[in-house]
Amino acid sequence: MHNFNYHRAADVADASGKLTSLEDPKILAGGMTLLPTLKNRLAAPSDLIDLAAIADLKGVSVEGDEVVVRAMTPHAVVAASAEVQKALPALAQLAGNIGDPAVRHRGTIGGSVANSDPAADYPAGCVGLDATIVTNKRKIAADDFFLGLFETALEEGEVITSVRFKIPTRAHYMKFRHPASGYAVVGVMVAQYGSKARVAVTGAGPCVFRLSEMEAALEKSFAPSSIANIKVSAEQLMGDIHCSAEYRAHLITVYARRAVEAMV
Amino acid sequence: MDIEVKMTVNGKAVSGKVEARTLLVQFIREHLRMTGTHVGCDTTQCGCCVVHVDGVAMKSCTMLAVQAEGKAITTIEGLAGPDGELHPMQQAFRDHHGLQCGFCTPGMVMMGVDIANRLPGADEKTVRHQLEGNICRCTGYQGIVEAIMDASAVMNAARS
Repeated sequence: MHNFNYHRAADVADASGKLTSLEDPKILAGGMTLLPTLKNRLAAPSDLIDLAAIADLKGVSVEGDEVVVRAMTPHAVVAASAEVQKALPALAQLAGNIGDPAVRHRGTIGGSVANSDPAADYPAGCVGLDATIVTNKRKIAADDFFLGLFETALEEGEVITSVRFKIPTRAHYMKFRHPASGYAVVGVMVAQYGSKARVAVTGAGPCVFRLSEMEAALEKSFAPSSIANIKVSAEQLMGDIHCSAEYRAHLITVYARRAVEAMV
Repeated sequence: MDIEVKMTVNGKAVSGKVEARTLLVQFIREHLRMTGTHVGCDTTQCGCCVVHVDGVAMKSCTMLAVQAEGKAITTIEGLAGPDGELHPMQQAFRDHHGLQCGFCTPGMVMMGVDIANRLPGADEKTVRHQLEGNICRCTGYQGIVEAIMDASAVMNAARS
């Protein structure tokens, strides 16, 4: 790992200011992706701005019809939160299956969301649960936030402060876990909001995406049989050393169906 | 440019000057010369480097020393009593022969304590699932899982 300058941000404004003024800075959240990336010299920022000392970026709460997770909250805290388990169990379950226990103690929601890793779980949680990504500058709907492979709508000097998940009528997240890394080979969040449905897929394409055909079918009838025969095209999906794009396409239908089965 | 870091390791206040890129595990092994904490994969996968940071298991190869500023660290050297009496988790690893070559053992024991702290009374399936971030290439995990379940019961009894 190349060396860098280290800064402990006092508050979000301080972090944002440094992000704008320094040469080639990066925000350091839990570091579960960033530090391995630096070790491999896939990135060599001039400065790291650590958010860990900012107390009001930590914690979860239920506010009205939303579950609010502050940006520096580790996955283990979301998974173990009695409030989240009660209000939005699908989110607690998603967080509790990221990586391994030691990774969940450090990895944060803000870091995961800002990275937009194609195989990360939280992007499916955000899009499937109609979340709003709150930054120091604005509120961004999850649908407009994830733009592509490791690409988000975040602009210069913008720092994620919290993620607000809309509490659904019911929801379930199903993933085919890579047996070694724990990353999603395919992960599907299915959520029902009254007469509306959302189906968000991670792990399969270069970026999280929704399946409108499945959503429409579930809105007609929220049952496994509604989507069991909907085939997903492999055209835009990823094939790699782990499995082919065709296999991922197949898994999407299987895991979406299983998610609905778990709810009805 | 070196940075001054201060933390508590096994109850003792320590400090040192490190580069920003110095990993916590390097600080522990190379600056403090406590070599019980191992580096296996250096990629956050094998768990040989697990230590407790403010009482919670973390992988010290994927944490900067500067991120541990002001924290309380416990390493494998800090588990046994002052008179050398083994921690229940260490004793159980010995009783159940939860090791062969011993390389992964410091991380396994530290993770075992973390599991016992967080999930008292966890069943075998849970313990195996919780161990997914710790890799042993010798034992097949049988003795390790038995040791963690056994020590967990002893620690539970001591708490109540």
